[in-house]
Amino acid sequence: MLIALPLFAGNYALSVVTLILYFAYTGQAWNVMMGFAGQLSLGHSLYVGVGAYAAGGLFFHYGIGPWAGLPLAILLCVALGLVIGFLAFRFGISGVYFALLTIAFAEFTRIGFDHLDWLGGPGGMFLKVAQRDVWDVLNFRGPPLMYYYAMLGLCCFAFLLCFCLLKSKAGYYWQAIRENEEAAQALGINTFRWKMLAVAISSAMTAVSGVFFAFYYNNLFPEQIFHISRSIEIILGPIIGGVGTLFGPILGAAVLTLLSDGITDGLAALGWEIPGIKQVFYGVVLLAVVMFLPNGIWPFIAKKLKL
Amino acid sequence: MALGLSVIFGVVRVVNFAHGEMMTIAMYAATVLFAALGLDPFLCVLPAALAFFLFGYLLQAGLINPFITRPEHSQFMLLVAVAIIMVNALLMVFGPSARNVQVDYQLESFEIGKILVDKARLFAALAAVVTAGLLFSFFRFSLVGKAIRACADNHLGALVVGLDVKHLYALTFGLGSVCVAVAGCAMVLLVDVTPALGPAYTLLAFVIVIVGGLGSMPGALLGGVLIGVSEAMAGLFIAPSAKSMFSFGLLILILLFRPQGLLGKKT
Repeated sequence: MLIALPLFAGNYALSVVTLILYFAYTGQAWNVMMGFAGQLSLGHSLYVGVGAYAAGGLFFHYGIGPWAGLPLAILLCVALGLVIGFLAFRFGISGVYFALLTIAFAEFTRIGFDHLDWLGGPGGMFLKVAQRDVWDVLNFRGPPLMYYYAMLGLCCFAFLLCFCLLKSKAGYYWQAIRENEEAAQALGINTFRWKMLAVAISSAMTAVSGVFFAFYYNNLFPEQIFHISRSIEIILGPIIGGVGTLFGPILGAAVLTLLSDGITDGLAALGWEIPGIKQVFYGVVLLAVVMFLPNGIWPFIAKKLKL
Repeated sequence: MALGLSVIFGVVRVVNFAHGEMMTIAMYAATVLFAALGLDPFLCVLPAALAFFLFGYLLQAGLINPFITRPEHSQFMLLVAVAIIMVNALLMVFGPSARNVQVDYQLESFEIGKILVDKARLFAALAAVVTAGLLFSFFRFSLVGKAIRACADNHLGALVVGLDVKHLYALTFGLGSVCVAVAGCAMVLLVDVTPALGPAYTLLAFVIVIVGGLGSMPGALLGGVLIGVSEAMAGLFIAPSAKSMFSFGLLILILLFRPQGLLGKKT
């Protein structure tokens, strides 16, 4: 159904679904770290940003397309993730402290990029906007339809990957670590190594979304891409949908994006045009979901459907 | 302000992600009182503190208490939602433009030897020290303060001896909010207030509190001074815009080598 969607959906609907898929994908990536292995990261904007700037910078300065930028982005993000993971897990940092450490790294990098004039600095970096009607797959420039299919593909890939991971040895080890790290360690699981693997996979997946971001939006500002609100956006989906579940991130992203769009339309229909009112509604709904469905929406539905 | 965050985390063990947003509300309260009644921001402290105590108490009693036993990401979500509502409610009521308060002594300064000190800044610092002193003596000497410290030390133990832990948590959150109110009223004199001010101050408070030691009150003060001085130095010697990079660098180092902070106790 999703493959055939562009046949009858307009450009606006397509962009909304692309956004949903984007958040579903990044949420899935975050979920590997938090939902599976129990490591709360609030700094995933770091990987989005570094991935976007790596591929974007190559394209901007040397005209090298994203297919070469992609491995570089992944490599950089995995390296970064491993450094953070190494430091954090070696020094035994967990829980809130780990979350704050990831925020600190993301903010540190944001201000650093603000001072990197080669990549545009605070003024931003703008990729050349290509003709929107030609499918230039080699340079990943083309009509919205192409980005839609790219994101759809990525989402399917991420879903399958997570499915396999969850059923693999690594998945069971992660869940053991998540539930009780000391017990896992006592059973002879090398928790350090498995946590590092989770960070590596998660950061690699997020790097890909960063590359997509750069070529979809064509402009990059450190102030925006590394900002903590971007990290929060990423994690809202899986938390609302259900942390640690396969369908949670997808469902959460869909619900949140449609909700936000629905509120905009609804308020416009009512003629209430006060700035900020939309976000207040959004916040209230978030509040209601965390209060009444603490495990997220998906586990609730799954229980009702007796899955 | 960081003091409030430290108090809340130290006892309730919930990281208040809406802290900067709460301070922004206090700043708006001060501007409104100033505009309506011509009340000096330092006099606003009293009504604002009272209102914030109630607000904090209700927030904890109504919203946060059921979340105490839930996982961290759930608590985090709750406070993020609260923060979103706060920022945008302010935006709705006051609009996006900046506001400030002007009083006569803002431009005056004291001369101590060769150093010029702004009056407003000096008063703000004094307010912080007085609040810290009051808070410290409350926790040290009063019976309720002792009970709160008991909860912080050992949740289960406090329950067993029959303390009303939920009530005490709410009380603590109220006290933390009072610190925020004081900080907000003082800050109005130093910076213009916009609805979007909150998140940056939340982060700043985190840095300060962690450097000083989460849950340690002297630590929060020390961290505040340390971050303030080091940011000023970095601004002077490197580049003003890079100064917070320095703070975050410091935060990373502290988290790695002394996660309990400079004055914090090991848990």
